[in-house]
Amino acid sequence: MATHEIAATHHGPAAAHAAHVPAEHSAHAALAHHFDNLEQQREAGSLGMWIFLAQEVMFFGRLFLAYVIYRTRFPEAFAAASNHLNWKLGAFNTAVLICSSLTMALAVWAAQVGRTRRTQVFFMALTGLLGATFLGVKAVEYYDKYRDHLIPVRGWFHWEQPLSANVSEQNIQMFYWIYFAMTGLHALHMIIGIAILLPIMYRAWKGAYSPEYHAPVELFGLYWHFVDIVWIFLFPLLYLLGAHYAGGHAAAGH
Amino acid sequence: MSEHIVPRKVYFVVFGALMVLTALTVFAANIDFGVLNDVIAMTIAVTKAVLVILFFMHVRYGSRLIMLVVVAGFFWLAILMVLTLSDYNSRKWVEQRVRQSTIPSEAGR
Amino acid sequence: MSTAVGAPATPIDAPRGVRFPHVNYLNANYGIKSWLLTLDHKRIALLYLASVTFFFFLGGVYAIAIRLELMTPAGDLVESQTYNKLFTHHGVLMVFFFLIPSIPAILGNFLIPLMIGAKDLAFPRLNLLSWYIYMAGGIITLWALLSGGVDTGWTFYTPFSTTFSNGYVVAAGLGIFVNGFSSILTGLNFIVTIHTMRAPGMTWFRLPLFIWAHYATSIIFILGTPVIAITILLVALERLARIGIFDPALGGDPVLFQHLFWFYSHPAVYIMLLPSMGIVSEVIATFSRKNIFGYTFVAFSSIAIAVFGFLVWGHHMFTSSQSIYAGMVFSFISYAVAIPSAVKVFNWTATLYKGSISYDTPMLYALAFIGLFLIGGMTGLFLAALGLDVHVHDTYFVVAHFHYIMVGGALMGYLGGMHYWWPKITGRMYPEGWARFAALVIFVGFNLTFFPQFLLGYMGMPRRYHAYPVDAPVWQVLHVMSTSGASIMGVGMLIPMVYFIWSMRYGKFATANPWPATGLEWRTASPPPTENFGTTPVVTWEAYEFRPMEETEVIGPGDTPAQPIDGMQPTDGKNP
Repeated sequence: MATHEIAATHHGPAAAHAAHVPAEHSAHAALAHHFDNLEQQREAGSLGMWIFLAQEVMFFGRLFLAYVIYRTRFPEAFAAASNHLNWKLGAFNTAVLICSSLTMALAVWAAQVGRTRRTQVFFMALTGLLGATFLGVKAVEYYDKYRDHLIPVRGWFHWEQPLSANVSEQNIQMFYWIYFAMTGLHALHMIIGIAILLPIMYRAWKGAYSPEYHAPVELFGLYWHFVDIVWIFLFPLLYLLGAHYAGGHAAAGH
Repeated sequence: MSEHIVPRKVYFVVFGALMVLTALTVFAANIDFGVLNDVIAMTIAVTKAVLVILFFMHVRYGSRLIMLVVVAGFFWLAILMVLTLSDYNSRKWVEQRVRQSTIPSEAGR
Repeated sequence: MSTAVGAPATPIDAPRGVRFPHVNYLNANYGIKSWLLTLDHKRIALLYLASVTFFFFLGGVYAIAIRLELMTPAGDLVESQTYNKLFTHHGVLMVFFFLIPSIPAILGNFLIPLMIGAKDLAFPRLNLLSWYIYMAGGIITLWALLSGGVDTGWTFYTPFSTTFSNGYVVAAGLGIFVNGFSSILTGLNFIVTIHTMRAPGMTWFRLPLFIWAHYATSIIFILGTPVIAITILLVALERLARIGIFDPALGGDPVLFQHLFWFYSHPAVYIMLLPSMGIVSEVIATFSRKNIFGYTFVAFSSIAIAVFGFLVWGHHMFTSSQSIYAGMVFSFISYAVAIPSAVKVFNWTATLYKGSISYDTPMLYALAFIGLFLIGGMTGLFLAALGLDVHVHDTYFVVAHFHYIMVGGALMGYLGGMHYWWPKITGRMYPEGWARFAALVIFVGFNLTFFPQFLLGYMGMPRRYHAYPVDAPVWQVLHVMSTSGASIMGVGMLIPMVYFIWSMRYGKFATANPWPATGLEWRTASPPPTENFGTTPVVTWEAYEFRPMEETEVIGPGDTPAQPIDGMQPTDGKNP
């Protein structure tokens, strides 16, 4: 929501208040009436986005804290449960997200240096496609967990692998609970991201972004990179934590 | 506009580094370093995050205010983590103290 | 520093019920749509005022019901289950829907752009959105409270809330979760506005202390609220799916909930308090006609309170299974919060010293704030002491302590601020005599309500009980005192309600600067025009630079006050 608002400040009734803008500023159509100039508007948008991301750090951080506490409590269970995740798909998704970050950075660059709208849209579309690929792979993983009865809901969860000492099914369920909370929240952010990207792409196609004005692209880029960073932490914490334990992924059948 | 335009080359170099680090983290996870496994994994993840923040998100070229916001975000996360864990990690000490002080008296009975 | 210029200028007599002669944000356009879709921060502030006032009175009704039950030792008025719901509803409504949004969303919204010389907040749409989110959260919570009620207490402690309670915990939690985003967006808007929208010459150390206080508050909004939002969400998930994170039977830890709850909810106390402190700084300076003593210290003490406030949450958990070593650390840091708080109190007192003090209504509330906050703060130190807390934990001592902070502190500041800026908001004066009378009634009623509770708590009366022993007659005496105090305070709250509404139509017209004060908000017309200032103001003076009244002036042509005050001529916006 915030992304949309910040990215959309230019929709303000600029025309109606054009008379208030002092003559020395060229009244860009995207300038909202309560800002003095585009530079101020851009600064405000950028700061707003960063503060929003700081808030997001705390939002995710709380789940990281739960992860640390329960992993310290049940190290063996977490390792066993983690080894059951498909680390190849996780690694593939990491690569996909890093690629999408690159294409997003290039989309911002294309707007900054004034490349054609085709170039801008091309990089944005690539970003969106990579994001969708990520979500597709995630859906496959979720389906596997559903099939294996690993969704941590009362009465549904069931761990079929043999349990070693110090490992109880409940503790394994705790890992899957954290896994679903973290990756689910992350996937939700990806979905919101793609939903925000579409209107920005449409406006880019209409030629709205130029070297003078491209704040929405830039701000969306910040959001997208942030979502990438979250995954950069999730991947080793969730998929790789037990790989070096006896057996590791090989024993878990992947 | 006063914003800094990052040359494309920088993006590609950062991208390459991120990919290499991803491969490295997978490789390192499969070798048993004991406690160090987590340290290595987190070091790599933090390095990757810093690369993204500095270059893809332009913080290296941005104002100090933005830098402050980034630092504040992680600093507050550290507050949450450190103080909460200070409770969890010192609970064993309490248990030890309780055990030391109760066992002799029970034995005396 | 200049000298004081006698009593504040008398407002002008204007024909009653007459509309304002100048175009302002209130009469710029009419109709329900012009309000519900407004992007003007001043109108959004009034939307908040209406909704927050509604929740305040609803919460007040529950408070009265609680006090009536406690008049007699036997639990005769309501059953224990109902009583649990009463105090839960009182807490939820007052904390999440009154105290937290009250000053920031109403006065902060209205005044921040005016005080820094901006046309609006940085993100007007976000601002309107946060009001709608607030309303959505409020309606969801109200629905939960009215259809079945919640009996967990406003703290939603697990495992009771997740496993045993029969109340509508999920719905109430959802309402609070949604409401949290309103706070986050408001805080985000404030910080960006204060950073990027200041008028030329409005440097950081020329900002009114009200702005510093709101900056600090916004930090807490942004960095604390997400934690409570997702924590409450987890309680709901735990109830629905029994995921086990707070359930010991599944390996979870209920105390983790307390950590995450208080990580936000302790700083939330400073969300309530800091804006009030900002108001008190403004009011004390104006009505003693002196610069605030130690401006920089007061400004940074706000930031320090916001930061330290995040380090002390464990002092709510001394009697939980939190490790005693962590308890010691939390106890020690809790004492550190007293330092910036004391800096403020000392500086206010030093500001009063040799000031030219006038006891107008806002000043009465500000003085009440200092005294009551002092009591609330000092008893807070008692509670931060490990040993003493074990004795008074979960007793009425705690109840009295936090009501001294939240009602004696936050509410007094809120009322003082409402009176202080009422002429600016509505362009009308409230009746001063009635206002002073109401302030007195509220002050007396408040102390009569909550001081006996310190004694009750120290004698061992636990909180959240609807009955108490008959064979301790002094308990009933104290409870009856408390209940009668609450009734007096309830009546006291109705008086401002009546005369504020009355004054909107019949009050005397206010001049641009009725007190007179120094801030930028007083240099535009009352009520201000939609874009606040005719031309962007250029600030060339320091904060609280009181000067002879002839020199203060109103900025901007066409925004002249209804009629110039003696010796105060509207000019064309040039600064001295």
